[in-house]
Amino acid sequence: MLRSRFIRLAPLAVAVAVLAAACGSNDDNSSNGSSASGSATEIKVFAAASLTAAFGKIGQDFTAANPNTKVTFNFAGSQALATQIQQSAPADVFASADTTNMGKVSSLVNTPTNFSSNLLQIVVAKGNPKGIKTLSDLSHPDAKVVLAAPDVPAGKYAAQALSAQHVTVKPVSLEDNVKAVITKVSLGEADAGIVYVTDVTAGGDKVEGVDIPNSQNVVATYPIATVKASTHQSQAQSFMDMVTSDQGQQVLKSFGFLPPPSS
Amino acid sequence: MPALFVVPAVLAIGFLAIPLFGLLGQVSWGHLLGELGDPQVRVALRLSLECSLGAVAISLLIGVPLAYLLARVDFRGHSVVRALTTLPMVLPPVVGGVALLLAFGRRGLAGQWLDRAFGITLPFTTAGAILAEAFVAMPFLIITTEAGLRAMDRRFEDAAATLGAGRWTTFRRVTLPLIGPSLGAGAALCWARALGEFGATITFAGNLPGTTQTMPLAVYLALENDLQAAVALSLVLLVVSLALLIAMRDRWFPTA
Repeated sequence: MLRSRFIRLAPLAVAVAVLAAACGSNDDNSSNGSSASGSATEIKVFAAASLTAAFGKIGQDFTAANPNTKVTFNFAGSQALATQIQQSAPADVFASADTTNMGKVSSLVNTPTNFSSNLLQIVVAKGNPKGIKTLSDLSHPDAKVVLAAPDVPAGKYAAQALSAQHVTVKPVSLEDNVKAVITKVSLGEADAGIVYVTDVTAGGDKVEGVDIPNSQNVVATYPIATVKASTHQSQAQSFMDMVTSDQGQQVLKSFGFLPPPSS
Repeated sequence: MPALFVVPAVLAIGFLAIPLFGLLGQVSWGHLLGELGDPQVRVALRLSLECSLGAVAISLLIGVPLAYLLARVDFRGHSVVRALTTLPMVLPPVVGGVALLLAFGRRGLAGQWLDRAFGITLPFTTAGAILAEAFVAMPFLIITTEAGLRAMDRRFEDAAATLGAGRWTTFRRVTLPLIGPSLGAGAALCWARALGEFGATITFAGNLPGTTQTMPLAVYLALENDLQAAVALSLVLLVVSLALLIAMRDRWFPTA
């Protein structure tokens, strides 16, 4: 009767409660700092996956300096973000890991500025069990190598580096963004991958990096721009200014990024 | 029919039909034929068919015995096993992929044993893709077959037994033909689900054209650089799904 109905519904109630708690705690984290006086505006920053940690920090600094503005991030492969912007996704700022994807949306953004650069590194599991030392080691038949897909900036740069050294790699998987490459290596599924120097640092203690000599390396240029369709142009510009300011550049440097190429 | 239902029903029809027209409207038909000839599209299609049929085969091989167990045998933990078989249906596919990685990945629970004892690793292989698809699709076969087994008239099986037929003979010559429609419907649903599987495949098996890049993965990646290619691929999948629906039109709810 009533009691058996209650018992049957109880697991469902528990599930809903757990979900609500999870959602509730997320809201608390992201609304931190914007509960100040007046209505808070929110800007959406679409940024390349490799910028996750660095932009997260810059976002916190930005909200601390601008309590009325909340920043939410959409981190993904730059090619995915460019497509989303082309499909009118509500972005206010776009930071790409290469100029090609910024070029894809050139008619939809204001003038871009190069704000950072990055270098590639080979990522291997802690202890480097397969003893990979150079790019050409990656072509070894025993090595399971994961790369980012060719349309992902990291994948494109990796392909450039490999072809410049005439190394043919047969990857076991082509991931949709550079972070997924790290994940596969840290899970122990892949033996090695090619990612950015900054990703290896962010990857924690399950992975380590094998340097690629500068002469063989490819420099990734990161441009940033505000989106023309944004309804928060001034806040978007403020965020962009913070990224290019000394403060922002310091944060990027602390995460392993390099200064933008001097054009 | 209550008058109150008319508007919501029409809204529901619109909600389901508009995306379809959106897809059809976006196609440039000349481009479509070109896309279908594209080697990468053909590879993805062939791989999708291979993997989905493999998933159905696995599901038939181990799913039908389980359906039989659930339908005919009363044992302790029956409800737990029932919950286990329905779990992949409600589990978000990408979560299924993560679970498969932790179970059958190189360092996974069962995976590390497979690797050490037989040198078999499943991630990044076509077998891995088949496994991922089987994991999410098998419940459809089990549930439908079990329903068929419960609904059938068991007196035919009893009659066969009295005539001296062994258990396997009875199953083969009496039960199987009787549950044929349910089994067929279940296999068709299983196949459709396997064909469309994305989250578990990309997480567990990875994405490599020719090996693990099935059609849904190809669509996802094509979206990011060539919308027309994605649309063409989507249409192929849509046509396949429609064909399946038409073939199954009388058998959609076998217990009804």
